[in-house]
Amino acid sequence: MRILVMTKPVPDPAANAERLGPDFRLDRGASPTVVNGNDEYGLEAALQLVEALGGEVAILTMAPAGGVETMRKALAMGALRGVLVADDALAGADIPTTIRVLAAAAQTQEWDLLLGGLDTSDGAGGAVTAGVAARLGLPLLSAAAHIAPDEAGRKVRVRRLSAKGYDLLEAPMPAVVSCTQALGTPRYPSLKGIMAARSRQITTLSLADLGEGLLPAGGQWPSRVVGVQPPPSRATGRAVTGDAASQAREIADYLTAQRII
Amino acid sequence: MADTRHDPLSFVRPAGPVIGIKPLAPSDALATPLDDAPSAAPLSSNPVSAMALSANMVEMSLPGRPADRNGPNTTAARCYDARVTQSGPILGSTRLTEEQVLLREAVRVLADERVAPRAAEIDRDGAFPEDLRRLLAEQDVFAIPFAERHGGLGADLLTLVLAIEQLSRACATTGLILAVQALGATPIQMAGTPEQQDRWLPGLASGEKLIAFGLTEPDAGSDPSGIRTRAVRDGDDYVIDGGKRFISHASVADYVVVFAVTNPGAEKPSRRLSAILVETDRPGFAVTRVEHKMGLRGSPTAELAFDGLRVPVANRLGEEGQGFAIAMKTFERSRPGIAAQAVGIAQGAVEAAAAYANQRRQFGHPIAELQMVQALLADMDAATEAARQLLYTACAEIEAGGGEAARWAAIAKLVAGDTAMRVTTDAVQVFGGYGYTEDFPVERMMRDAKITQLYEGTQQIQRLIVARSLAARAPAL
Repeated sequence: MRILVMTKPVPDPAANAERLGPDFRLDRGASPTVVNGNDEYGLEAALQLVEALGGEVAILTMAPAGGVETMRKALAMGALRGVLVADDALAGADIPTTIRVLAAAAQTQEWDLLLGGLDTSDGAGGAVTAGVAARLGLPLLSAAAHIAPDEAGRKVRVRRLSAKGYDLLEAPMPAVVSCTQALGTPRYPSLKGIMAARSRQITTLSLADLGEGLLPAGGQWPSRVVGVQPPPSRATGRAVTGDAASQAREIADYLTAQRII
Repeated sequence: MADTRHDPLSFVRPAGPVIGIKPLAPSDALATPLDDAPSAAPLSSNPVSAMALSANMVEMSLPGRPADRNGPNTTAARCYDARVTQSGPILGSTRLTEEQVLLREAVRVLADERVAPRAAEIDRDGAFPEDLRRLLAEQDVFAIPFAERHGGLGADLLTLVLAIEQLSRACATTGLILAVQALGATPIQMAGTPEQQDRWLPGLASGEKLIAFGLTEPDAGSDPSGIRTRAVRDGDDYVIDGGKRFISHASVADYVVVFAVTNPGAEKPSRRLSAILVETDRPGFAVTRVEHKMGLRGSPTAELAFDGLRVPVANRLGEEGQGFAIAMKTFERSRPGIAAQAVGIAQGAVEAAAAYANQRRQFGHPIAELQMVQALLADMDAATEAARQLLYTACAEIEAGGGEAARWAAIAKLVAGDTAMRVTTDAVQVFGGYGYTEDFPVERMMRDAKITQLYEGTQQIQRLIVARSLAARAPAL
């Protein structure tokens, strides 16, 4: 079983230091970075599959050259090697370009499953993993809560989160899976893993290595951010006090006045 | 003063990758018989006073370091190619290597996310935290002070100290788990044969097995010349009778390194003892009491009784009569571990006090804006940083193999222990009445800090070592 996991470096949500530059793009120097949460859940699932079935896990990242540091964190968890697509021409890349580049990079590798997060905690477009599947013409098994390849390595079954529980999806491999928190808690890298990751290979590819036609015609992103607004602050809540009967009455009156009941 | 290049008890350093610094003068031989000069320090030639000097309540204590690592020169190593001791400071002598920073960060994350949430509970329950012992094993934290060929990371003393510090910042009991493992393993690394090392060290590096260090007895604390436990040769066995007291982890350990009298008639009291590794499941080994302590309440401190305890002679570490020297050399590597525990406790207290001062409002402002509180916090932070940097330099000096390891170890532990006591006491002051309750962690830190002034040699013993070293260096006028 060969699994390639797309891992995006994102600002560490715990650091709470995310900041935008003057062009509304992420200021990458402002915050420490970590592997995007949903990607990390996918990586954990991939590592468990390989531990059970044999094979190898590799990671694929599109980021500036400094993304190597975050990739080491994924390698420390147990991925054996990494592929980094880094090219100055990709600064500020939009979603369609990101999809084209990652799909092209994925095609340079051999794998049975390609995993990526359902979305990322910084961009939150939620389209890249699905877009890569479409670009490659492969089945997409989305919003995975559980991933189970068959013993023969020909098919994969995925539980897809749904409003009523989950749907059971099946597809032939190779296939693309978008990953969620429901896959389970990622492991801490062991100290030996951290040391081993330092010598694991990270191959860096540029756009020139991936062929023509990946950038939009004319060199301009078709879409760009033109403004940023913080969400309006929430109105102060209203506390309901008194004994239970009067509280119930007050809430019922309020909901009636709002024509909710 | 002893030259460690010829010190038979120096660590053997087989070739292999290095984390951290490269020693100045790698020794390439180990357990040859001890020569007559007790190696530990430039102390008196009177063995009894030398003994009183460096011995002490050792067993409750700590870490040491691995038998090997070292090898090809590294960039990181070169900045240590000079002694700091009396020739002036060497710039960059305590800069951490990239590996040390990575490992420290990994342990910090474990400490913050997995250890800290358990600390109050461990203190309240007074039970050894098996879950955290497993965590340290799974994440290779136990592996830090062991050689790669024994399944370890081959890290140096400073790297071990960084890990103990980070764990202790969250929970001193948990920091001690690593420290005691390293302490107990040090005699094996230092004086064990390759066969003994292959037999025992892999299980300790993986954390599958725990080890304790058994020197102190009820009447032999600071003065190990009072040790009465006897080991009498009987064929291929020793038969051990006697007992030990204040032995950290002895009730949960798989092995205890027991220091027993094998040569009662030796001319020098320092040649009476031998170090013998005892498996705790042997008949005749009994835990007779576990202490109820003021702090470190999750760390079991046991009293042991040996009654006709048979152990193969093959379990002896080093030669007969080397036990005292092995113990003293072990302290040179284990006292920095206790100093690290102390620095970690102090750091935890500084952080807790600063956070509280920012949030607690009196007179209309956070108390962190009050000058008297600011002064307390500033002194706490400065003292903690000073103790830390002294400790890191001490580690570099000890690892580099200069002749003053015992002095550096004593100074680091003395300063760090006293700092931890003062800083935690002041942290309670910053919290006011709230700090005196179990609702906040600083009263626990204050109780935990006290032990660092007592074990691994009392502060008085540390001062004795430092004073003797100073007197030996000073020219006679």
